Amino acid sequence: MTPTLDADVMLRAERLAKSFVLHNQGGVTIDVFDGLELEVRRGECLILAGPSGAGKSSLLRSLYANYKPQSGSVLVRHEDRVVDLCAAEPYEVLEVRRRTLGYVSQFLRVIPRVPTIDLVTEPLTTRGVDPSEAQERAGTLLTRLRIPEALWRLPPATFSGGEQQRVNIAMTFVQDYPILLLDEPTASLDVDNRRTVTDLITEAHEAGAAIVGIFHDAEVRAAVGTRSYDLSAKRQAA
Amino acid sequence: MTGSVRDPLLQVRDLTHHYGRQLGCRDVSFDLHPGEVLGIVGESGSGKTTLLKCVSGQLQPTDGSVSYRTRDLGPVDVYGMSEARRRLLMRTDWGIVYQNARDGLRMKVSAGANVGERLMAIGDRHYGHIRSEAVDWLERVEMDMGRIDDMPGTFSGGMQQRLQIARNLVTKPRLVFMDEPTSGLDVSVQARLLDLIRGLVRSLGIACIVVTHDLGVVRLLSHRLMVMKGGQVVEHGLTDQVLDDPQHPYTQLLVSSILPV
Repeated sequence: MTPTLDADVMLRAERLAKSFVLHNQGGVTIDVFDGLELEVRRGECLILAGPSGAGKSSLLRSLYANYKPQSGSVLVRHEDRVVDLCAAEPYEVLEVRRRTLGYVSQFLRVIPRVPTIDLVTEPLTTRGVDPSEAQERAGTLLTRLRIPEALWRLPPATFSGGEQQRVNIAMTFVQDYPILLLDEPTASLDVDNRRTVTDLITEAHEAGAAIVGIFHDAEVRAAVGTRSYDLSAKRQAA
Repeated sequence: MTGSVRDPLLQVRDLTHHYGRQLGCRDVSFDLHPGEVLGIVGESGSGKTTLLKCVSGQLQPTDGSVSYRTRDLGPVDVYGMSEARRRLLMRTDWGIVYQNARDGLRMKVSAGANVGERLMAIGDRHYGHIRSEAVDWLERVEMDMGRIDDMPGTFSGGMQQRLQIARNLVTKPRLVFMDEPTSGLDVSVQARLLDLIRGLVRSLGIACIVVTHDLGVVRLLSHRLMVMKGGQVVEHGLTDQVLDDPQHPYTQLLVSSILPV
């Protein structure tokens, strides 16, 4: 049976359950959520709310298939079909991530020794964008995120925390993903850069992207959020 | 073109190998798609090298099958064909990069000839073409062109490994097997070699099976990961999922044992 989604829905979690069994620590089980239902439509920016430890990042990672939910499904509208990331083959998940599902993690994790400009260009060139056009788009975005041109040829390992975070954001926002998952993208940014990132997010959802995000900053939440989803109630009493 | 991109290039089913009464690997099944990189990790003795040898036509398994989709005939049973056909397939469609470059290189002929003779082996007879292809490949693996006529024995470990990669890729294989391609090299040389392998594999769309005990290598190179223990696959999935949310006790132990820098 092929899964389906209503016309406007880009992402839906159904009966999603996530727990961790720590086999090497006496088999302790940590239940994060169970029976979770969530739906995000085109042009919506859903804010995940709840105290630290409520499972916000675990949910976001489960939606990206970086974590493996114990049961349930994550349905994603990918081009002209719907893919269940919990049941898909690894190469299908990677295809969905390449074209449809963008994710900004809390921390930058990249291949060592690769220059910043190449990191930002690569998502475009692997999609077949002409290298010189890709370079130009990457450069424009890095400039907007206030990464000085002198740093573009350097790998980001030696950059400040805020600079690394902005490279991380650029690597995702360089292409127009239909769905964006954002894990505290503004956490270590100063006021000006926070505003730039807020603008980027707003532009993305005005252009029709479906966004799910975690934001600690109340101002950012108020600026970008269209709806909020509270996870504290979803947590099963362990 | 025979088959679509979605069709697997390689299908391994219920592969089992015993060395006498000693188990090598048991009941391993997987598909590999064109352009896909599969990492196989596990401790020494877990059966990963046995599996690689069985899958790559070097060791007939006790049981199970390996099917490879050829360009012209579609899927063929790798151990069902004649030895001569299998050798031809290995020369034209596959590459094998050994941990020890001495196993994959001919040490008595020059670097240039190590690359060029592979083209002759698949029927290229035009000296000028062979020479220019060899030079092109040696450049792509960042070899010093002044050393093209030197014997591999005079090269450093990292250079030998790069030469081995050029020798394997010059014939434009669709599938490359690598056994611990970076172990035994200095960390800085390792990083450069990994960059190189990753770039080449991606730009050429080569499918690849990489056996290693180094989780950093698979994080960087592979799309998919198989974790082996005691001859069996205990966990299998998307590389970042297996490493970031390991389910099996052994994988959890493996991931939590990585030393922080």
